[in-house]
Amino acid sequence: MHDLLGYLLFCAVLTAGGWALAGLMTRVYAAERTPLSPVFDPLERGFYRLAGIRADVSQGWKAYALAVLVFNLTGFVALYAILRLQGALPLNPDGIAGMPADLAFNTAISFVTNTNWQAYSGEAQLSYLAQMAGLTVQNFVSAATGMAVGIAVIRGFTGERGAGLGNFWADMTRSVLYVLMPLSVVVALVLAVQGVPQTLLGAVHATTVEGADQVIARGPAAAQIAIKQLGTNGGGFFGVNSAHPFENPTVLSNMVQCLSILLIPVAFCFVFGRMAQDRRQGWAIFAAMGVMFVLGLVVIWWGETGGTAVLGLGTNMEGKEQRFGAGLSALWAAATTAASNGSVNAMHDSFMPLSGLVEMVNMMIGEVVFGGVGAGLYGMLLYVVLAVFLAGLMVGRTPEYLGRKIEAREVTLAMLAFLSMPFGILAGGAISASVPAALASVQEAGPHGLSEILYAYSSAIGNNGSAFGGFGAATQWQTTTLGLLMLLGRYAIIVPMLSIAGSLGAKQRAAVTSGTFPTHGPLFVTLLILTVAILGALTFFPVLALGPIAEQTALAAGHSF
Amino acid sequence: MLTLFRPALVLLAGMTLLTGLAYPLAITAIAQALVPAAANGSLIVQDGSVIGSRLIAQDFAGARYLHPRPSAAAFSAMPSGASNLGPSSATLRREVAARRSAWEAANGGTAPVDAVTASGSGLDPQISPANAHGQAARIAAARGLPLAEVSRIIAAHTESRWLGLYGEPRVNVLLTNLALDAATPVAPAAAN
Amino acid sequence: MSISPSAHPGLYAAALKAAFAKLHPRALIGNAVIFVTAVTAGLTTVLALRDLAIGAPGWGVTLQLAFWLWVCVLFANFAEALAEGRGKARADSLRATKAETMVRLLAREDDPAPKPVPSSALRAGQLVRVEAGDLIPTDAEVIRGVASVDESAITGESAPVIRDSGGDRCSVTGGTRIVSDSLILRITAEPGKSFLDRMIALVEGAERQKTPNEIALNILLAGLTLIFLFVVVTLAPFARYSGIAIPVVTLAALFVTLIPTTIGGLLSAIGIAGMDRLVRANVIAKSGRAVEAAGDVDTLLLDKTGTITFGNRMADAFYPARGVSETQLVRAAWLASLSDATPEGKSIVDLARRLLPALTGETPDMGESVAFSAQTRLSGVDLPGRQLRKGAVDAVERFVGRSADPALRAKIDEIARSGGTPLLVAQDDVILGAIHLKDVIKPGVRERFAELRAMGIRTVMITGDNPLTAAAIAAEAGVDDFLAEATPEMKLDYIRREQAGGRLVAMCGDGSNDAPALAQADVGVAMNSGTPAAKEAANLIDLDSDPTKLIEVVLVGKQLLISRGALTTFSIANDVAKYFAILPAIFVAAFPGLGVLNVMGLASPQSALLSAVIFNALIIVALIPLALRGVKYQPSSAAALLRRNLSIYGLGGLIVPFIGIKAIDIAVTALGLV
Repeated sequence: MHDLLGYLLFCAVLTAGGWALAGLMTRVYAAERTPLSPVFDPLERGFYRLAGIRADVSQGWKAYALAVLVFNLTGFVALYAILRLQGALPLNPDGIAGMPADLAFNTAISFVTNTNWQAYSGEAQLSYLAQMAGLTVQNFVSAATGMAVGIAVIRGFTGERGAGLGNFWADMTRSVLYVLMPLSVVVALVLAVQGVPQTLLGAVHATTVEGADQVIARGPAAAQIAIKQLGTNGGGFFGVNSAHPFENPTVLSNMVQCLSILLIPVAFCFVFGRMAQDRRQGWAIFAAMGVMFVLGLVVIWWGETGGTAVLGLGTNMEGKEQRFGAGLSALWAAATTAASNGSVNAMHDSFMPLSGLVEMVNMMIGEVVFGGVGAGLYGMLLYVVLAVFLAGLMVGRTPEYLGRKIEAREVTLAMLAFLSMPFGILAGGAISASVPAALASVQEAGPHGLSEILYAYSSAIGNNGSAFGGFGAATQWQTTTLGLLMLLGRYAIIVPMLSIAGSLGAKQRAAVTSGTFPTHGPLFVTLLILTVAILGALTFFPVLALGPIAEQTALAAGHSF
Repeated sequence: MLTLFRPALVLLAGMTLLTGLAYPLAITAIAQALVPAAANGSLIVQDGSVIGSRLIAQDFAGARYLHPRPSAAAFSAMPSGASNLGPSSATLRREVAARRSAWEAANGGTAPVDAVTASGSGLDPQISPANAHGQAARIAAARGLPLAEVSRIIAAHTESRWLGLYGEPRVNVLLTNLALDAATPVAPAAAN
Repeated sequence: MSISPSAHPGLYAAALKAAFAKLHPRALIGNAVIFVTAVTAGLTTVLALRDLAIGAPGWGVTLQLAFWLWVCVLFANFAEALAEGRGKARADSLRATKAETMVRLLAREDDPAPKPVPSSALRAGQLVRVEAGDLIPTDAEVIRGVASVDESAITGESAPVIRDSGGDRCSVTGGTRIVSDSLILRITAEPGKSFLDRMIALVEGAERQKTPNEIALNILLAGLTLIFLFVVVTLAPFARYSGIAIPVVTLAALFVTLIPTTIGGLLSAIGIAGMDRLVRANVIAKSGRAVEAAGDVDTLLLDKTGTITFGNRMADAFYPARGVSETQLVRAAWLASLSDATPEGKSIVDLARRLLPALTGETPDMGESVAFSAQTRLSGVDLPGRQLRKGAVDAVERFVGRSADPALRAKIDEIARSGGTPLLVAQDDVILGAIHLKDVIKPGVRERFAELRAMGIRTVMITGDNPLTAAAIAAEAGVDDFLAEATPEMKLDYIRREQAGGRLVAMCGDGSNDAPALAQADVGVAMNSGTPAAKEAANLIDLDSDPTKLIEVVLVGKQLLISRGALTTFSIANDVAKYFAILPAIFVAAFPGLGVLNVMGLASPQSALLSAVIFNALIIVALIPLALRGVKYQPSSAAALLRRNLSIYGLGGLIVPFIGIKAIDIAVTALGLV
């Protein structure tokens, strides 16, 4: 009962926080003055002058998309170089060697695409320089890229006709300076006070009470963890991520992080409503996401607190931390898989089958239940386009959203973007389930092994980054295929969505009449949820039946594998 | 080409300086100034040497001590790790059964769930109050302390839910064990 | 002229035959979903025959699956053929009016010696002479003469209509027949391009181009088909991983049941039937786009006369001047109007007879009638010893040489304010009183506009009346706005303003001066009786020349879109039940626990598979009537429509297949087919 009350309070605080942040963000992206302007305005201008950027020049969708790709490509090359060369670079007190090529490729893509999949173990394979100048930087800018694209898409959907999508460089810079950076400073300090290390000193050797040697890894963790949560990144400083007592030492640190994970994605719903100058539109999308989030949360909570008779357990505590128990582990799992944040505070691989199913579905539908910063909103708008097209016809008019007609071009682009999820998960997963080189990564026998494969591919293409940890992702096969799928999952959606936004933004906005298909209110929310469920989730029903559902029925019958 | 990449290169460089160096270094400076102990890993120093971290579990096998939760990574903090075994895993089933019988053999009674499952980090510094009190009789016998005294020390180290809503009640194993040692007249080295 | 399949049993046989003819790959390739279904059916047939040849176990079920997959394709073809067949039947009857005749070709307008040529040889711009009894050979413009023309072959309207040169009634249509007098015509249509030809092509579906929404929908359906291809193709390796070998036939069956065959099979039938509904309403669409645009219309520009009001003003009341009895006034007005053949005159006579029944039996001395002239703006009668006149207020006042008394003056002003037209009646130098002529709103118009308003469509009345009059009529008719003293430029401006505000505008018109506005409007309906310029500028042509038709067109457009959307939603929602039928059938051997997914309690894996495939085929044929008739459309707000259609076709689409598949499973099992 305390769990459910806690969830309720959490959702209320989250909604209020997101709503408040949305007001600030709307001003930031309109280039209006905000409380932090005196601090960052000179810095921002300096950046633009050095980079030769005219921030007030609005870009068309092609220019915007090109800027995104060029910036991310540059980031990839830089990060790859740092990872390969870290052994020879400074700030490496533990003397960690350079990363192998395939792992560096995978890691660099993973952080540039905001996936933050960890095929490596942070404390053992990354120098402090790589953590700070490599990963932390990408934590900021990959999140800022998602936010910028999110804003650009909103501008296309809601803005004046022919106003363009805005300026990527300015949107990206402002996302970092005025949103991510200030929030990160606050969260990082709270975490440091709670006990998250923030030090440049190397690992410490302890002699335990019973006389054993214990090497305690530490480092500048608090700063990175703050942005890993706020930017829906999720790549941990330590291998076990936010289950590690150094990453997430207290219940308070857990709640602050959990809030940080969902805060900006929630705010994006309201930013959408504000920029559409019809807040009901934002509330409708928030409500659809919220309902799906709560449904998922309740299923996971039910599974984890219920445990399984096969193991003779009540609450399923395998892979969970005592301070979090089932309640906060379930909340975290629901929040992170919904928000495309790859962090974990309990091991998903050890969750009950139906909990794993919810986690996978959250990712398979394309991370649209709040989703990644910016990415969740534009992902959901993809479903909105499809829902409006189908149901819009049923009111006897050419379907339109926010007054803009959804026509062949938009439907084509939406289907193109939409195809990447089933393609990546099903094709990638099917090959992985057949090729011996891939099968070596699977830890478990029986249906749970298939779940491990599905989870990995869903996570990669959904740019989530969490994993069923038993899955050996560090093989050359997996680092390569998963790396490529992360690229597909990021850019095969960004580019078509920007194109849709560009196309809609060039259309005249139709007047609203009582003949206009209403895109707010409970009916539309229901429709949107059903569209996500039927177009998004149902596609994966057969494989989910073979994985988690088969495992659940086997458990119920008392089988283990 | 340059016009295309110049904004990218300049902004990436600027962001690297800002978010990759200035930001973490500034946080480090503030944290070291404000909360140096927490910022350096909440280490516990006895007689000038580090014996562990308040936040990181270490193994206790002796009968005189509260035992932490099972660790799939053998309490290594470099790197950390979990079992990642799924609920339908036969291996997990065997491991749970083995831990249960071991715990029940050592302590009597029924093993609480946190005592038979490996933690997520392998470094879980805490156990449930049920687990701690379940071990109290064994510890009291081994140390020659009254059970009530052991129970009192455990209770003193028990944290409850935050706001009555969040997290589970828990007992920090290392701190409790240090308190037990402090309360036991015999020198710990001799006892081992 | 409605052609229902029941009235023409031959249609079924022809459609059935055509369904097989359409199995030709070239015919199938146009419809991605059905083409893929046919390929899958072919593959399944090969496998079934192989199984049969080697006597593999279960070949019977495989053969049945192959059979039902073909049936699915055939049903889709049948739906299309049936829709086309209905159009063809109408086209044939139209073609009958296109008989080859000899016509008199003139070298110039006053050519005394016409040259006989066959009608099919006529080119645009040539002059011909037609006389009473002749069939008008093709579309043409009257350049000289007045004649009555029987257009019943095209419009179904039996009363002949007048066609003359110069005005807005100068257009004649090929296939109609001149019943009196003679006309000199300038041909406006090249051979094969007349309205009749267009209409035939339209109803036959020969020139059917896919409409924008149909194209978008096709892309969506193709995308979904591709996704389900991924699902089914990858299911084999996933299942192999789990130790299950799925026969290819099973995958084929799963694939066909998942892809949106229902809407894929019915999509073109819906489109053809929609066009057919339009043609049956005697409207020719120049493009399918125009029909869809009609569904999107936000603002309707309607001419007052003929659409909102009856064409003419009618006498409504008499107001005697001071010192004049009502009987005296009514009798004078009656006498003054007896020889007035205009509708206003007739309405005065009618009203007078109603007020004074005694007049009916009376046969007065007709005297010498004075016809209305533009100079005097008076009409009346000169009887022995007295002159009776009626006419516009200022004209009558000038005639009698004095003004109306103040009480009557007040009445006159009141009539004008209310939107009516006041007439004065005078005898010699005495004003007897006033007649209130008013526009009579057509019955039901107000309700119609309320419906349109509920659908979110604004109605705007266009009238040449002054603003005062226009406002009064607008209020009475319940239109949302009006354009008084409207000129063609004002209409054009109004349309542009509406469009700038993001509204789609429809209007109808007939005159040449309407052409710019018709071209500017998103949906322009030209009256068939109108000028060639108007007809060229419009994208829809109403053969009945009925201005209220605009509303029908909007409804047909909406119904077309709703039918597509509803059946697509139904089709996609069906997948849920199909998963629950087929997946447990495939997996239950390896994972007995997955039997819980068999919520329908289907008898065996084989029967489940077969039932799902049979349901998939039968649902197409079951929905053919709906596709042809169109989804029922009740004008209401978008929110209400969505709620209704989503609960019928969305929820229905979820539930119906559960029931259907279960019922078929029971039947299949009882018949021992598996």
